[in-house]
Amino acid sequence: MKILVIEDDREAADYLKNAFAEAGHTADIARDGDSGFALADSGSYDVYIVDRMLPRRDGLSIITELREGGNKTPALILSALGEVDDRVTGLRAGGDDYLTKPYAFSELLARVEVLERRSGAKEVETVYRVADLELDRLSHTVRRAGREIVLQPREFRLLEYMMRHAGQVVTRTMLLENVWDYHFDPQTNVIDVHISRLRGKIEKGFDKPLLHTVRGAGYMLKD
Amino acid sequence: MARLLAILNTTAARLSALYLLLFAVCATFLVIYMTSLSANMLVSQTRDAINEEVRGLDRAYQRGGLPVLVRVMEARARQPGANLYMLADINGRILSGNVESLQPGILDITGWTERPFTYTRYGESEQRLNGRVEEKHEAMAVVFRLPSQFIVLVGRDLGEPEKFRRVMQRALVVTLAIMSLGAFLIWYFVGRRALKRIDRVSAASRRIMAGDLTGRLPISSAGDEFDRLSDNLNKMLDRIAALNEGLRQVSDNIAHDLKTPLTRLRNRAEAALAGKPKTDDYREALERTIAESDQLIRTFNAILMISRLEAGYSAELTTAVDLRAIVDDVEELYEPLAEEEGVTLTASKPEGAVEFQGNRELVGQALSNIVDNAIKYSSGSGDAPRVELVLERSGDEIRLTVRDNGPGVPEADRDRVTERFVRLEESRTQPGSGLGLSLAKAVMTFHGGRLEFADNNPGLAVAMVFPASPASRKS
Repeated sequence: MKILVIEDDREAADYLKNAFAEAGHTADIARDGDSGFALADSGSYDVYIVDRMLPRRDGLSIITELREGGNKTPALILSALGEVDDRVTGLRAGGDDYLTKPYAFSELLARVEVLERRSGAKEVETVYRVADLELDRLSHTVRRAGREIVLQPREFRLLEYMMRHAGQVVTRTMLLENVWDYHFDPQTNVIDVHISRLRGKIEKGFDKPLLHTVRGAGYMLKD
Repeated sequence: MARLLAILNTTAARLSALYLLLFAVCATFLVIYMTSLSANMLVSQTRDAINEEVRGLDRAYQRGGLPVLVRVMEARARQPGANLYMLADINGRILSGNVESLQPGILDITGWTERPFTYTRYGESEQRLNGRVEEKHEAMAVVFRLPSQFIVLVGRDLGEPEKFRRVMQRALVVTLAIMSLGAFLIWYFVGRRALKRIDRVSAASRRIMAGDLTGRLPISSAGDEFDRLSDNLNKMLDRIAALNEGLRQVSDNIAHDLKTPLTRLRNRAEAALAGKPKTDDYREALERTIAESDQLIRTFNAILMISRLEAGYSAELTTAVDLRAIVDDVEELYEPLAEEEGVTLTASKPEGAVEFQGNRELVGQALSNIVDNAIKYSSGSGDAPRVELVLERSGDEIRLTVRDNGPGVPEADRDRVTERFVRLEESRTQPGSGLGLSLAKAVMTFHGGRLEFADNNPGLAVAMVFPASPASRKS
């Protein structure tokens, strides 16, 4: 994946470049708003990571102008500002996701990978499959190896989200945001308990574990 | 001089100048109007008097012709303060009456004179020569011709209307002079008073700007608009001081409470490097480091958010929110955790939506924090731990209470639990940032509500109390 990082803090930008490289992605760095916009406008990137406060030009206006020019590349906004309304303004300006500094790199990586995949075709699929696990979004049924598994509505949405992003790390915060629609840092282990319940339902009686815990980051559903 | 200029430059001075101007224009207009009205009235009275004279003379003429007319005229002309009478021949030579000379041309017209004319009374030219009468008189008159070609003039002196007009003009000048003087004095004193008070306020604000943040603007006992302004500015300063104090507290707390985990983090890294550790030891140390950093980030975000909420209410962040749905969400979110901890989690809600103007996310987060605490503390308690969510309307308030049957909080400590980073001694072993209840309290303050703590016998009851109508929310 090719990522454009528009971030004025040299150390943070270099760290991101290396960390993304280690995760198998290439990241280009722009250190101010103008060059960031020029790079974003010309190059072909899969995801933009845009700091809100930049020299010469603020991050939100870059995204707004890119969107006005028909550029649909997903953008994640990084901000040192507080929470609550900043996220709303950020998303309204055309951003696709929002992360407050300080953040954990694992969280940023997970979100960027999900953003890149979001532009794919998975949204329109009606049946998700991972190994022998099958989720039908229309009839709201889940089967594993042909055997039907009964899930609570929330468990269904949880599994649906995990399967849409199969093979990708999803963090607890991402789950709370996308499955429960609350944007705060979940306390201790609330989400973990939901996951272990779901795990019990889709893995009990089957040999192969599908729902994996990624230490220090979150969870991943994979074959 | 400079001081006077400063007063002239005040709003009060400008306003009084404007008022003075408007008032002077009105007064002038009024005086002129009244004068001309009165003068017209006097002229028409004069006209009536002359007409009356003419009718009398006409009757005399009818009775005995010219001789009688002349006799009557002579008689009347001799009376003190008499009207003007004059009989002249066709060439304008004065034959009889009390007029000695006339403005030329008057005898050529027939009927009323168009404008006042000057004349000299019989005998007055001598007096004028002696310097006793200094000016000519003005009069209006009617002129008509007898069939015998004699010219008769009957008129009346216009001294009275003229005198009246002069008196009025003088009155106008005097009035304007007094008014201007009065306005100037008022202006001077009011302007100076206003200036003095504003100077005091400026001086006080300069002191405050110079760093004396405890200083306040002076308030007199008058309770006028200056006092109201100063009072509001003082309230603003109080608010700023409170925010400032909050900020200071946060930075103190950050310094104090983040130092401990940061030191721990550092020591752990150091310990991992010491000796000859195996790869597994490194891995474990790093994983614990990450976990600890995450906790630090979480704490940091919570502090930021609390500060943000305490900065004040913003209508942009609120919409109509169904508290019942939030209770459902949180119950559903925490039910598995409660079950795992062996705690029974129940919720009782009224039928239908409980609408409230607020921010769903913030309320949801605050409620989660309280429920999280309740589950955490009641799970340790002996018999059948349970946590109960109760949503109810009471009067013009909405109460959302979280009851547990855990160890509770001693009454003396209840005020302290919402302070930042305060964790009661026995709970130091429990995970958490110590910011959960502080955040909940900040959320309640943001919504114009409050957080109440009560004994649940046994356990703790934490009530989030919302004002039901947004009107009662303070901004």
